[in-house]
Amino acid sequence: MTIKIEKRPTVGLSKVATSDTHGEDSPYFAGWKAYDENPFDEVHNPSGVIQMGLAENQVSFDLLEEYLEKYRDVARCGSGISSFRENALFQDYHGLLSFRKAMASFMEQVRGGRATFDPDRVVITAGATAANELLTFILADPGDALLVPTPYYPGFDRDLRWRTDVKIVPVHCNNSNNFQVTPQALEEAYKEAESKNIKVKGVLITNPSNPFGATVQRLVLEEIVEFVTRKNIHLVSDEIYSGSAFCCSEFVSIAEILESRNYMDSERVHIVYSLSKDLGLPGFRVGTIYSYNDNVVTTARRMSSFTLISSQTQQLLASMLSDETFTQNYIKTNRERLRRRYEMIIDGLRSAGIECLKGNAGLFCWMNLSPLLEKPTKDCELAVWNTILHEVKLNISPGSSCHCSEPGWFRVCFANMSENTLEIALKRIHDFMETRTIIQKH
Amino acid sequence: MGFESANNNSILSKLAINEEHGENSPYFDGWKAYDNDPFHPLKHPNGVIQMGLAENQLCFDLTEEWIKKNPKASICSTEGIKSFKAIANFQDYHGLPEFRRAIAKFMEKTRGGRVTFDPDRVVMAGGATGANETIIFCLADSGDAFLVPSPYYSAFNRDLRWRTGVELIPIHCESCNNFQITTKAVKEAYENAQKANIKVKGLILTNPSNPLGTTLDEDTLKSLLNFTNQHNIHLVCDEIYTATVFDTPQFVSIAEVLNDNETNYCNKDLVHIVYSLSKDMGLPGFRIGIVYSFNDAVVNCARKMSSFGLISTQTQHFLAAMLSDEKFVANYLAESAKRLAKRHKYFTNGLLEVGIKCLKSNAGLFCWMDLRPLLRESTFDSEMSLWRVIINEVKLNVSPGSSFDCQEPGFFRVCFANMDDETVDIALSRIRRFVGVKRSGDESNAVEKKQQWKKNNLRLSFSKRMYDESVLSPLSSPIPHSPQVR
Repeated sequence: MTIKIEKRPTVGLSKVATSDTHGEDSPYFAGWKAYDENPFDEVHNPSGVIQMGLAENQVSFDLLEEYLEKYRDVARCGSGISSFRENALFQDYHGLLSFRKAMASFMEQVRGGRATFDPDRVVITAGATAANELLTFILADPGDALLVPTPYYPGFDRDLRWRTDVKIVPVHCNNSNNFQVTPQALEEAYKEAESKNIKVKGVLITNPSNPFGATVQRLVLEEIVEFVTRKNIHLVSDEIYSGSAFCCSEFVSIAEILESRNYMDSERVHIVYSLSKDLGLPGFRVGTIYSYNDNVVTTARRMSSFTLISSQTQQLLASMLSDETFTQNYIKTNRERLRRRYEMIIDGLRSAGIECLKGNAGLFCWMNLSPLLEKPTKDCELAVWNTILHEVKLNISPGSSCHCSEPGWFRVCFANMSENTLEIALKRIHDFMETRTIIQKH
Repeated sequence: MGFESANNNSILSKLAINEEHGENSPYFDGWKAYDNDPFHPLKHPNGVIQMGLAENQLCFDLTEEWIKKNPKASICSTEGIKSFKAIANFQDYHGLPEFRRAIAKFMEKTRGGRVTFDPDRVVMAGGATGANETIIFCLADSGDAFLVPSPYYSAFNRDLRWRTGVELIPIHCESCNNFQITTKAVKEAYENAQKANIKVKGLILTNPSNPLGTTLDEDTLKSLLNFTNQHNIHLVCDEIYTATVFDTPQFVSIAEVLNDNETNYCNKDLVHIVYSLSKDMGLPGFRIGIVYSFNDAVVNCARKMSSFGLISTQTQHFLAAMLSDEKFVANYLAESAKRLAKRHKYFTNGLLEVGIKCLKSNAGLFCWMDLRPLLRESTFDSEMSLWRVIINEVKLNVSPGSSFDCQEPGFFRVCFANMDDETVDIALSRIRRFVGVKRSGDESNAVEKKQQWKKNNLRLSFSKRMYDESVLSPLSSPIPHSPQVR
């Protein structure tokens, strides 16, 4: 048996390693923990916690499976014999040309052909997580800031800030205008940064938005472009939910705005895309950066060495996404199914006396529970959240985790479960609200 | 589609503008020459042969045969499609448990079963490139430094420094003792750093070595472990060439040294391994990088960071199936070592026949060729001149020692496992022609030839003019393929 000599001083790790900017120590992870400890299962654990905090798209898998079954020889290219060797050796950071062409084409189709994309401007990354971090490394120095409209995806706190040491300055949006960004809010955030001697390098928007599931209006996009041009800063448009807009024509991409201006001043604009949401393939780690700036394309491509997409996966998706019959049908059907899900949850919540923000995209809705709060504070919001987690057994995301400045809002995901499960969840909410009403009456 | 504007571009970050990506170095001329005129046995028999790419192409037949017999490993096949949904949906950064188990088992097998690996310490990264960067992000702050024995893999300059802001301090190794790492050299490098007020956070080495193709003996590993422990700094062992060992001495992993009774006092929290399947299995396209740390906090941190470079679950699933086939793995490893040994012997013998020596090596996909006798002068300028001749006239893309920070001019890394037998023969015949002295029936053997060269001040069979072409104009068109410097 070894005798342990006196304990050595704890070995130093980096500041990045010891910081908590990865965000996982936040109280919201209690929700995940509760789910992990008691996960709902229709058959085996019908009273477990239903996961409504995960923005996944599971409504259209059958279409993917159908495609694969029909074209398995084509799709199997990645592990098929004839091209296995070439594919396994392919580590060029440009990415497979066929894949880039297929992605560019898919992005065009998602935008109803209203924008064109050049395959040579498509840079591959292992997921949108990597794409967002990479762009931040390229656009900003440590200590600089990006302006991000609130509420925003909680993962941005890690993706944009952790290893880059870049700050996020929130652009406050509120319900008075359906949480749309205003020039005044942008200006205020910019001034706030200036007052603290922080250099703003860009604005990052998510369109369609996470967490409130609505597309950004054309006029707002134009105002944002005007703002970034005036300030001579960058604009990153994270459009990973573009294929999840319920109605194609309601989504306006920043690419369309630029095209309508003949690409004037477009070298400051960069788009992030991914197949994790629209195609429901988060495990495959398929992210892209599309930049109108040659330097950014070149640099991002070099940097993507740290985070390339598996050539096996590129090959599979190149086949799938270049089949236009498949993609047109998929895009159309997926939108329709998401819309039906959305209507189902909105109706269900409404009949329980709960209103949501009017949404038209995404895999979630933005639920207003402010009437349930004793006081309009973050603590009261967390109290309600705790109740919903432990009594109603639903893991939903409190607005404060998204930096929402108005307490009482919650993001509820609806596309990561079967319709049956959604009905069960809605029934639980219904019963909960009824009980509360009864209690309040007494 | 050009997007020019009259206004200034919004400025990019300092790190976007700096040169730390390394691609503007003169060494990329070799790649450019290859890209412009790549060898093809039928279409371009006079093209440049790529000998600068450390790829393992010798055993694809084995992998392909396995795939044929195991269609279930692909989620796109009829047999495998049942798993498609679950696999495509799985984005947990812990990775598929079966994948981690298979990797841990594979790491054990490649180390002859002499040590065990815990699947819960297996963390994913975007290739070894991603793994190396991640471990540095975990261990060092911007401005800190890592010691690295030189000559070393040139892309470390980018991978370990670019986004992390960490510095590299070389530990110089010399030809007089076959480039072994001496305690004296390590101490010197460390002390110089101290004097310059640079905070050294660790030492990173590649074992088996790139570019040398040698493995570290147990004593050297132990003394490195002692040194780093004594100074409370980290030791990172990049063991991505583990299964390319084809000859004695047997490979000793740092994991084995840690297990040793004599070192049970040492602080395991300081030891980390980087692994990958790009070299051992010839799968660089699949981006399989692994961080394996004996430090729980580093495992946790690296795992969180792996969000930025996770391995596609399609690939995880495939590998989990393939690597847990013990029979396949055992056969693959044995066959791969055999073929590498054969190729290495054939190639180095071919070089020896014309008087070119290589460092005695037992691993890797390359050899460390000694062309000092061919240098006009013992300078790096001469090395670059010779290199340009080799690229442009002999038409072989090899890698000059200076690109690996070698302190002595005249060494070149030559890859031999990324081509078929016929191409090896063509490469050797070109080399033979290149070093052939103008003869008048002189049948001298290799040793005499060497002396002859020295005597005649290195007169060779090509015009001296080529030596003077020491600067190529950089190409204005972008490199069509990414530099594959490994």
